[in-house]
Formats: sequence, structure tokens, C-alpha cells
Amino acid sequence: MSTTAVKLTRKDMVSDQEVRWCPGCGDYAILSQIQRALPELGIPRENIVFVSGIGCSSRLPYYMSTYGFHSIHGRAPTLASGLKMARPDLHVWVITGDGDGLSIGANHLLHAMRRNVDLKIILFNNQIYGLTKGQYSPTSEFGKKTKSSPYGNIDHPIRPLSVALAAEATFVARTIDRDTKHMQQVLLRAARHHGTAFVEVYQNCVIFNDGAFDEFADKAWRTERTVLLEHGQPLVFGAQRDKAIRASGVRPEVVRLDDPALRREELLVHDEQREDPTLAMMLDRMTSPEFPVPLGVFRSVQRPVYDELMEQQIRQARLRQPPDLDAIFREGDSWEIKREG
Amino acid sequence: MVERKELSRVTIRFSGDSGDGMQLAGTHFTNTSALIGNDVSSLPAFPAEIRAPAGSVPGVSSFQISFANEDIFTPGDQPDVLVAMNPAALAANLQDLPRGATIIVNSDEFHAASLKKASYAVSPLEDGSLAGFRVFEVPITSMNERTLAETGLTSQEVVRCKNFFALGLMYWLFNRPTEPTLRLIAEKFGRRQDLANANQLALKAGHAFGETAEMFSEHYVVRPANLEPGTYRNITGNSAIALGCLAVSQITGLPLFYGSYPITPASEILHELSRFKQFGVKTFQAEDEIAAIGSTIGAAFGGALGLTGTSGPGFALKGEALGMAVMTELPLVVVNVQRAGPSTGMPTRTEQADLLQAMFGRNGESPVAVVAPATPADCFNMAVEAFRIALRHMTPVVLLSDGYLANGSEPWRIPNAADLPRIDVQHAEARPGEVFRPYARDPESLARPWAVPGTPGLEHRLGTLEKEDGSGKVSYDGENHHRMVLLRAEKIARIAQDVPPQEVWGAEEGRVLVLGWGSTFGALRSAVQRHRREGRSVSHAHLRYLNPFPANLGQILGRFERVWLPEINLGQLALLLRARFLVDVRGYNRVAGRPFGINEIYEQIGQLYDAAPSPQVR
Ligand SMILES: Cc1ncc(C[n+]2csc(CCOP(=O)(O)OP(=O)(O)O)c2C)c(N)n1
Ligand code: SF4
Repeated sequence: MSTTAVKLTRKDMVSDQEVRWCPGCGDYAILSQIQRALPELGIPRENIVFVSGIGCSSRLPYYMSTYGFHSIHGRAPTLASGLKMARPDLHVWVITGDGDGLSIGANHLLHAMRRNVDLKIILFNNQIYGLTKGQYSPTSEFGKKTKSSPYGNIDHPIRPLSVALAAEATFVARTIDRDTKHMQQVLLRAARHHGTAFVEVYQNCVIFNDGAFDEFADKAWRTERTVLLEHGQPLVFGAQRDKAIRASGVRPEVVRLDDPALRREELLVHDEQREDPTLAMMLDRMTSPEFPVPLGVFRSVQRPVYDELMEQQIRQARLRQPPDLDAIFREGDSWEIKREG
Repeated sequence: MVERKELSRVTIRFSGDSGDGMQLAGTHFTNTSALIGNDVSSLPAFPAEIRAPAGSVPGVSSFQISFANEDIFTPGDQPDVLVAMNPAALAANLQDLPRGATIIVNSDEFHAASLKKASYAVSPLEDGSLAGFRVFEVPITSMNERTLAETGLTSQEVVRCKNFFALGLMYWLFNRPTEPTLRLIAEKFGRRQDLANANQLALKAGHAFGETAEMFSEHYVVRPANLEPGTYRNITGNSAIALGCLAVSQITGLPLFYGSYPITPASEILHELSRFKQFGVKTFQAEDEIAAIGSTIGAAFGGALGLTGTSGPGFALKGEALGMAVMTELPLVVVNVQRAGPSTGMPTRTEQADLLQAMFGRNGESPVAVVAPATPADCFNMAVEAFRIALRHMTPVVLLSDGYLANGSEPWRIPNAADLPRIDVQHAEARPGEVFRPYARDPESLARPWAVPGTPGLEHRLGTLEKEDGSGKVSYDGENHHRMVLLRAEKIARIAQDVPPQEVWGAEEGRVLVLGWGSTFGALRSAVQRHRREGRSVSHAHLRYLNPFPANLGQILGRFERVWLPEINLGQLALLLRARFLVDVRGYNRVAGRPFGINEIYEQIGQLYDAAPSPQVR
């Protein structure tokens, strides 16, 4: 990745294409935060590529002034992986939706993450199929009534971060469209991570699933019903910062900090660098209303990066054996036919 | 006194249990025959199951080789000689033998237990059922054991040497030198000196047995063929594809990226290419065929040589992404090593039934170029051609090989790397003051520029939505769409100006033109050759460019009374030719999982010839 310092601004990241999402769609905020975060990285625009699948969210590359590829439904991780393998010097982002990434393309997402290809994957989770006008998605809640489930959805929903953790993605985080500052921080951390970074963004679809996250994300009670993860810190939350999480084993429990019986050392302290993803998985299972919904970086560990391992093997092979096409052509038994006479 | 008899062509089939080392024996026989100057052609046949029960008919593995004192084009129809290491091998192959063929059986294995595994109630050596053949009963297992009794090897190790005993006997019978094999054994078993010795002993003992046993009244000589001078090696179609693509990478200076998912009979391409790391070749074993082609398209977007390979079922999975490569107009080569279908079909058997899938198996008007090699060695040439077309015309190209080409082998005249044709590729550069138009076109080829990420000033967004002509921006305008559909079609059509004219072997006009494509080449050429030698006006044209067709093809078809097209499908190319040229192409279609035989084709041509009006009468 090139690190030549260039001073860019958000405006430099905007393409000449008219943005065509529904007014009020959460996608606008995400686009805007990506365009704000990128200049911070000091990477020349030509070295950045956005690859997406199909869906409302996947239109995003058209709106970036970088290189981009709006591909086919679910397959963005495959294109991005191939591109990154061929061109490790590029900074490659994947933009996907809950249908794109976890239904038709779930297989690819899983494999990109377990390989630890150096990709920044942003999954816009609106818990609905937006582009196809409102069918339930793999993250839609059980019983949800949609156009394709008038009697209620009988699919059990999948949890994106649990999938990422099961694939042992090396960077796993969650943020939300309406907290732009938090999103900015998470995006920057993802961008700077070495290896696959997976970020789930709770994104409001005003047309087909409006208010899906209001139960915990509405400004009025967000501090009460969400908890911001900070490495090395206990999971303290609440408008008065008066509550926290205690865990016995992998069973979390909400406690009040003013409880005289509470001992500080019982509080769960967030450790995003744990190799074992079990606790991160436990955090992902904390759902509203029983628990505050965790936002932030669940996991951030280092593991060899796929595209670099590939390069390494090539370097080593070159040291052992210089490329010689004639020698390869003549491998095995060859024989000479001479002109007669 | 043993007589020496001269033959012009012989076909041998080595056959035994999968564990009997028949592939190895056959490979050695092929190499030795090639070394002494015969033209050779060979084809292995593996059991479909990996671990079929030992000694059973499904567990039989064979290797057929044909060698001759002249150019030959196929591994032969019917073996003149069958080596059967056990009853199952005899049972599996007997129906392929012509009357009078020679059968050499390992008589030690014709005992009750082995006979039963091959479903023989009575030994075929005793019930007279082999009356029409020349049968030689050779106790290979026991003689091999006796030969190696003093070596100190375990009995299992000893048994494994018996293929070399059989090979030694065949070397004697056909007057081949043992030295090349002795040398190769020494190289292969370098570290296990004892195993090397044992195999060499077995080979020599087999050879000596032929000489002293007084079993054979004659042995045979096949003189060298008059091949074009040069350095040769044997090559399979799959290896040739791998080497062809490697060569393109070296010629163009572009790194090769191969995305693939294992599938018979294409996997060897992945195995081969994954060895070539020192050339910067990147191979990616993807999670499925969709990821394989997706990653390849990503790599091509990044400026690499994008190659993906598979067989029919995987090719079906690649359909949507191939359409994406059509829409984004990126250079890409997709290899489909066809096998018998539909669905999983018969994975180890050959077929040519994916032509229409390659042509039309995508949504929308989605043209791609299609090429097909004719022989295993030709796979090298056509792999180079596929990339040349893909790069020059900015298009995906489908290379249709098949199981017969993939595993079959023939001598390949090794080119010098320095003499390979040049292919010039230029990635686009920004021009100051100019707005970059990713869908601007070269006036001649209609190719768009290949602009790769990392190039300042050329930032652009590719996408699968319809593009505005020139600017490449998203467009839902119907008239623009119509224009783009025509442009994409025209771009492929213009490739016809860039491929060699179709050649006709034999007279340029006449009574019968035998057309073909792909791996049927050998059988067709041999059969046509026989008719021509007998004075009939029969010509052969073998198509290697299937989309677009060579520019002169229509004229050629018009010059013959009858156009006859055998295909291992139900008439797919015939359908295309009839539609395109309104010519009454007659098909001959057998889809039995195996290549055409020369005799079969020869007879069919004969019938057609007699029925066709002679050109003079017209
Ligand atoms: C192969 C294929 N199948 C189906 C579709 C139709 N399709 C387009 S987007 C989409 C779902 C998108 O949902 P999501 O990924 O959640 O994205 P959103 O639109 O909500 O941002 C579907 C089913 C398609 N384009 N291609
Ligand atoms: S349908 Fe929903 S997700 Fe799509 S643009 Fe409109 S609001 Fe956004």
C-alpha cells in the first residue's frame, strides 16, 4: 500500500455521478463518512478501489471518485480478493448489504474473512431487501411481515458479527448510520487494520424497514440501550454511566455500578485483542431489550495476511529457482529429431 | 528362430488393477517409442471411483498407446495387443479387441478368487472363449517374484515391480531399447537404491523372458517416423494449456492469475500452474467456480492476465460472472475442459456438448469469442491464441478443451521461448487535459482501453449496469442500449479479421468435406487420409475458431457437394453452421463418452461418399 502523503479533502472523494438513494436513507451518512475518512489515510486516490455487489448499498462505488467496480449480486468479495492478490499495492474496500453479503454471497464473505485477505468489508445491514422492494432478508427478525412474508417470516435471522467471528475474521466491528462520529472512528480503524476488516453498519431503510433500530438507537435513549466498546475498559453505559456488564463465564449480566454488593473486578473488561473469539461472540449475543447493544470494535488481532503470503511464496520460489521458460518447456523426457541426410 | 517382422503402426493397451502400475508402464513405453523416433499418441483410462475394490472390473486402469513409422493422429481405435494383468482387466477390455489380436495375460492371477471378482464362472483361458485371439499365458507374478527373491524387499514391494516385468517383455516383443527406462528408474528411485535395483531387475527379466521362452515365434519392428526436425517431448492437453498461458505471461510481461476450483478433468491445469511461482504465477484455489471467475475478473481489472478453468458443471456456475466480463469488457480466458453431461454426468468421460453453453449460456445478448484446440499439443497454441484475442479485443474468450485432449498426450515440438510470437499489451495512460472515457473504442477492433487502478488520472467505475456509449456512465436509455448491444456484437464479429483463414486439408472443392472441431481431429484426419489414399475426393477442415468463424468459412462450405460434421454431441456446431450459412450440414452424432474411432468415421464417410453426387455430374 502506498503511503505517499497527499492532502485530500472529502470533496476530492466525490464523483460526478448524482447520488440516487431515497431521501433520508441511511446510506447517505455512510457514504459521507467514508468520503471523510479516506483523506485521513493519506492514500492517493488512484490507489483506492471500491468493489460492491448488487443492492441499494452496492451503488456506493459510483459515487466515489476512486477506482470502483459495481459487480454482481453477492460476488464482490471474490472480485476484491482477486484484485488484492494481483495488486497488493492497492487499498481495496468491499461494499455489501445484508442480502448481498449474507444470503447469495455468504459463502464468499466467509472465505474472504477466514483467509484474511487485506480487504475492508462494510456490510450495510438494513434487515431488508431494499433494491428489490422490501422482501425479508437473512437478518430480518423472526415473524417479520414483509412483502414476501405476509404471514410473518419463519426464517431464523443470522447475526453478521457472529458469522465474521466464526470465520475468525481478524477485525470485527459494528457501528450505526446515525452516530457519524462513531462511524468515522470505526471506519478509520478498519482502514488501518492489516488483514480483513469486517464492519457491520446498522443502516436505516426509510422506505421498507423504517425505524428498525430505533428500539435501541433512537437518540432519546441510545446511551441507555447501547454500550460503546473500548479496549481495556469495562463496559459501562447509561446516560449517567451508571450501569455495566458483569460476566460469569460466558453469561453476561447487567449490573448497577451503585450496587454496594458489586466488586469492580467482577466487571467485564473489553479485550479486543483476545485470540479466542468466544467473548466477542458473547458480546454479539447481547441484544436489546435485555442488554445494551454493543457498538465498536469487537475484535482486532493480527494474523498473516493472505495476499502477502502469496507474494512471499513467489519471492521464495524466485530465490530458489530463477524463472526459465525454456527449462520448463523441456521438463521431463525430451528427444531430438534430426533432419534426415 | 524368432522372426523379425516389420509393422507400420501398432496399438498396445496395458491394463490391470489400479494398483498394478499400468499408467507408469504405459508412460515408459510411450517415451521410449518416442525416443527411438516413432510418432506416438497415448491415452490413459482411469477407473471412475478412487477406491474400487481391488481386482474388480470397476477398478481396472488402462493405458493405450499407438506408435508408428508415420504421422499418426490418435491413440488408435482397437488395440493390436492387450496386456491383461488380471481377469478383471481382460473382462473390461475384451470387447474392444479385434479378432486376431494378441492377448498377453498374467496367468498367475487367473485363479478362483480373482476370477470370481471379475464375475467369471469359468476361466476364459480354459473355456475356449478366447479362440479367435492369439493368447500368451505368462506367469508374470511368479516369475517376477523369483527374479526378486534375493533382493530382501518385502513381498509387497516385490509385487509392485511386476509392471516392469511386463514392460520388459513388451520391449522385447517390439524391439525397443531398455536403457532409457533403466536410466529413468535410477533417477526416480535415487534414494531407494534397493527399489531402483529391483525395478531394473524386473525389467531386464521380462525382456530376457521374451528372448528365451520360445513362446513367441516373431517379434516386431516399427521404424522411426519422418517427423519435422526439432526437440520433442510428450505433452497432455492440460499441461499444454498451462504452459501456453505461462508463455503468454512471459511474452507480455503480465503476471498470470489463475482462479479455479478443483474438478475432473480440469484440475491438472491448477496443479501445473501452482508449480510456477518463480514466474510470478498466482494460483488461487477458490471456494467455488463463481469465486474462481470472480477473483479472476478482479485480477484482470487490476491488470493481470486473468485465467480461470473448469469443466461443464463449473462452467455453468461461471455463467453470470462471464456476463459481467462481457459487460465490463475485460480480457479474460475461461477454459472449459468438457466432460460427459448433463449435470455431473460421467466425469472421466469425454464429450463436446458445451459448445452452445459457451456461445449462449448467459442472459441477454452476451457474445464471447470461442476457440477450440484440435490435439493435446495444439492446446498450447490455442491457449496463446485465446489470450492474444482476449487482450487485443478486450473480451472474454472461452477455450473449449475436453477430457480426451486433457489426458491424452502426443509429441510436442518444443518451441524456443525466444521465438514465441510477440503480443503487445498496453495499459491506458492519462492524457493531460483530457477527460478519461473508459468506453471509448479503438476504431479498428472496437476494444475499449484497459485502464488499471493505480494509474493517476484514470479513476473510473466499472459496473454491470448498462453503460453510456463512450463515457461508460450508467445509462437506462433504450436507444443507447440498442447501440451498445450492437457494438458488443460487432466487436466480437471483427475478431474474424484477426484470425487465420480456415484451411482445407485435401482438395479445395469436391464431393465430401468432413468438418470437425476439437478432439475429433485425429479420427477425422486419419479417416480422411485413408479415403484420399484410396483415391476419393474427400477433404477435411477442422475448425479451431468457433466464434467468430474464420472469414472464409462460408465460401469453403459452398464448394463441396456434401458437408459432413461428426460431433460428440447432438449436432451443436451443425446447428450454428446451418443457421449462419444456410448450408445443409449433415451431422454424425454419437455421445457415448468416448472419442470417435478411425474405422467408424472411415465407414461413415464411405457411405456418404457413395450416396453423394459426383461434382462432375452437376
Ligand atoms: C443473481 C441475482 N439474483 C437476484 C438479484 C436481485 N437483487 C438485487 S439486490 C437484491 C437484494 C439486496 O438486498 P441487500 O443486499 O440487503 O441490499 P439493499 O438493497 O438492502 O441495500 C436482490 C435480491 C440480482 N440482482 N441478481
Ligand atoms: S430502498 Fe431503502 S435502502 Fe434502498 S435507497 Fe431507499 S431507503 Fe435506502
